[in-house]
Parts: sequence; C-alpha cells; structure tokens
Amino acid sequence: MSQDIAVVVEHLGGKIADVAFEMLGKGRELAKATGGRLLALAAGQGLAGLVKELGAADAVLLCQGAGLEPYTPDAHQKAFAAAVKARAPRVTLVANTTMGMDLGAGLAAELGWPLVAYCRDARLEGGTLVATSQIYGGKLLAEAQVAGEHAIVSMLAGSSPAEAGRATGAPAVEEIAAPAAGPQRVRFKRLIQPAAGDVDITREGVLVSVGRGIQSKDNIPVVEELAQALGGTVSASRPIVDQGWLPKTRQVGKSGMTVKPRLYVAVGISGAPEHLEGMRGAELIVAVNTDANAPIFNVAHYGVVGDLFEVLPLLTEKIKSSA
Amino acid sequence: MDIVVPIKMVPDLVEELEIDAEGRDLDRSFLKLRLSEWDEQALEEALLLKDKHGARVTVIALDTGDPDETLFTCLAKGADRAIKLTGGEAAQGSSRATADVLAKALKGIPHDLILTGVQAVDDRDGQVAVFLAEALGLPHVSVVSGVEPAGGKAVVARQEYAGGVMAELEVDLPCVLGIQAARESPRYAPVSKVRQAMKTLKLEEVAAAAPEARAGSTVRRLAKPEAGGRAEILEGSPEEVADKLLAILKDKGLVRS
Repeated sequence: MSQDIAVVVEHLGGKIADVAFEMLGKGRELAKATGGRLLALAAGQGLAGLVKELGAADAVLLCQGAGLEPYTPDAHQKAFAAAVKARAPRVTLVANTTMGMDLGAGLAAELGWPLVAYCRDARLEGGTLVATSQIYGGKLLAEAQVAGEHAIVSMLAGSSPAEAGRATGAPAVEEIAAPAAGPQRVRFKRLIQPAAGDVDITREGVLVSVGRGIQSKDNIPVVEELAQALGGTVSASRPIVDQGWLPKTRQVGKSGMTVKPRLYVAVGISGAPEHLEGMRGAELIVAVNTDANAPIFNVAHYGVVGDLFEVLPLLTEKIKSSA
Repeated sequence: MDIVVPIKMVPDLVEELEIDAEGRDLDRSFLKLRLSEWDEQALEEALLLKDKHGARVTVIALDTGDPDETLFTCLAKGADRAIKLTGGEAAQGSSRATADVLAKALKGIPHDLILTGVQAVDDRDGQVAVFLAEALGLPHVSVVSGVEPAGGKAVVARQEYAGGVMAELEVDLPCVLGIQAARESPRYAPVSKVRQAMKTLKLEEVAAAAPEARAGSTVRRLAKPEAGGRAEILEGSPEEVADKLLAILKDKGLVRS
C-alpha cells in the first residue's frame, strides 16, 4: 500500500476546473499526514500545457490518447482505473461534478474500494481516514470513519480554498499507457453551448434569485419587482428552470452559472449544495426563507426567517420611495 | 424497448429532520418519506420515451420506507409493471448494497435501458446508477437531462456540465443513465387514478437477494452544520425586517440613500 494521495484533475476546453486546485490543496494536507506524495492525475490529449499549472503536486500522471478527448465516462474511467490501480494511493480525491459522479463511483466499483460522497472535509486521524459528507440537501453533516487501505473521496466544490493548490512549477511528469482504443460503448457526438440569453447573469451586479418557495409561476413578478427596484436581474435555482418558469440562462448553481454579484438576494431558496456552489462567492448574500434550518442561512450574511410574500413587496416599496 | 426505473423513498426535506439519541442516524420514528425527486424525474423521462416511441416501463423498489402507494402512483402515471423487492432491509442506507440487490433482481427482468435518479439526498456512499451499471457490466452516464433513441441499439443522452454546457453522448444499450431532469416537469397522477390503481392493479413481489459484504464507511456523528458563519437573522415584524434590510442595503451603497 502506498501512502500517496491522488487528485483527479478535471479540465474542459484546456482549462483546469477550480475544484481541482481546491483538491490539490486538500490533498497536500492529507499527504503531509501520511508522509506520501501528492499525485495529480489527468486524462485526455495534448495535456503537456496543463502540467505547469499543477505545481502543487509532487508528480503529474498523464494518460493520453485519441480516445480520451473529448471526455466520455467509459474511456476515462478505464484510464483513471489503470492509473489508480498502478499507484494504489491511500486516498483518491475526485470532485462532485458531472465527471466526478461518473468517475468516483465508477472507480470505487471497479477497484472494490469504499467511496464517501458529497464531502466538505477529509482528514487522517492516526491512520484512519475520516470524511465529512454534506447530505439531506445540505441540512446535515455526516462524519464517517472509512475502512480499508484505500478509499475514494468525492469533494464538493468550494470546500477548501483553491489558492492552497494553485502553484506553477515543473512537477515530474509520468505517462500512463492509455487503455487499448477499441470500439467504445459511449461515443461523444457533440458539445452544446448554452443559448445566448437576454441577459448574462454572470455580469450582473445585483441578482434577486428565486427558488421553490415562490410556489407558482404567477408569483414571479414579486421578485421581478424587487430586482427592478434594485437595478438588478432575476436569476433562479434549478427547480424553477426545470419547471420552465424562467429560462435556463437564469440558472445559478452546479449545472448553471457561477455568479459573484455585489448583492445576491436568495428568495425561497433552501440552499442545496448544488445551488450554493454557484453563488457562495457573492459579496453580500441576503436570504429570505420560511425554514429557519434552511442551509442557505449558512452562507448568507443576513437572513429573514419569514414569508417572502409579506417581506418582499414591503422592501420593494421602501426602496422605491427612498430613491 | 424495456425501460426499468429503480426508485427509492427518502426523507422529505420539507419536514424537520431529527437526529437519534446516539447521534449517528436520523430519528426515523416519525420521519415522513417521499419518492426521491431525481427518481421522479427518471420515471418521467421513461414515460416520455414510452409516449413518443413506445416502451414497456417497469418500476422497481426495495421494500423499505413503505413504497406501496408510490409504486401505485407510478402505475397510475403510466408505468406498466411495479415490482417490490421484499426483505431487502440489509441494503437500506447504502447505495452500493442497493445496487447489488437491484443487479441480482434485474437478471430476471428484461432491461434495455435503466433510468434512475442521478443522486439522492441520502446516498452518502455514492450513486446507485453507477454502482448498478458496474454490477451489471453496463456503460453508464451521470447527470443526464434528455434521452432519445438512436436506432434500436443505442440512445443519445444529454450530459450536463457546469455553465449550461451539455454533451451529446451515444450510449450502447443496455445501459444505465443517472437522470438529473426529464425534458418536461413530472406529470401528476390524480388521487382518484391512484386509488383506482390500488384497487385494480397488483404490485409484483420478488424476494431481494443478499447484498455482498465489503469494506465501507461508518457514520460516527450526524449533526447540523456548526453555527459559525451563519447569517445574522433580522428579527421583527415584516415591516421592521424590511426597514432593517433597507438600512443594510443603503449602508453598502446598494440603494441610494
């Protein structure tokens, strides 16, 4: 068994995902505890250019081949399984992203190792791996002891600072043989970019964001009026977009946009981890929710536990009359 | 095409979640359960495929969390078969063990396409869709919103990435897709139709096989997040709260004073 810590590095369009740097920072803490090396693992093609950004790692393991670009779950799982099996790291970190969801459970199943998902933290106590998952829509934290000599830990984005893992350098590069390219069970057809919308919510200074608490499409004007009074725009959590009440271009969160406005007003949004991922970087966060235990209050600066239909119209009026 | 939709019951997050005396699990004595919302999306996608292209839709659940009414609701919505795996309590709380049990049951159930929720609010040890695919030796894709047939031997799945970007992937059948969202909002089954299904239709019962023994992880503490970093809660009547908010926004220069 090795004491190394491995980090699966995700990249799309030549850009390394922020969460990879967060995990390299976390991975360094774990490597210090085990006394092992920190390994960055990447799969794709033409990856040499990414290596210099991975200076936080002791070594970068690259698995390259024509069948590995663009990403497909099947081919990448085989590539990472070969790399991870060869190095047998103590802990392998993957992100709780789309690719991480394919790969984390896929690697765990293929290698027969435990997986702990949705983690905000992982650490070693003595020789024991302890990982803290955020579950039940972000309402509870489950701290678990992990059995066995190896484990896969899937980390939520935004769980540790990216700065800790962002370092340029020239880490040692090791090439891992790509799995034999044969007929693929999963074949990439095309990438679909989001349709250009009426507004680009990533550029807005003020967002009034609406969630399930709005109850009906007919109530959307309540948030639109507040957004207008504040000189901002309406955005939304996933369920509102899935219902078709607002266009996809307004969606904040994991599969939507990441926004960093000066003001983010979360209205009737409980704050599942997938949503928080897209907005926790906002300068000022105000949340209005009827549920005092809603996880949104863990990231908001100011909170109102109450009925949005009472508070919002009053606030809108007061803003209008003070201007 | 035979579509199988594994579903499960999960705690309803609208209710307050209580932690048991040992502090390691939920207090399940008064827990209200509901169909996992991602599984509901998976069922809808299956029914949309059936409506448009014709298919036989089979819903399958472990007999944990009292799934009967939910299974009848699935039949009322248009599923053709509903199967309850009895005696599968050993798998409760573990996606991996659930996948073992489902995989063994699926050996006797025709399946070209398996659609299930990409995640659940309590799948701490990972996602059923992927574990099930691996147990059956099938390809899998997670975070899918939208499935279309591609000839008789494959489907095209739309996989979502960050920033609203999606990929179209062609996946050989049989396969397992972890559904994030159906192309349309889940349909509603009127209570009368569910009642009628309960009166006229039957759930099939199949004995659950034992899950495999394997090293995993054990929860030693379940707790609400620490109070640190929590929002300052503004107290008072709606009028007072609105005044306080206005003062804060003015102070930060977000509203002209």
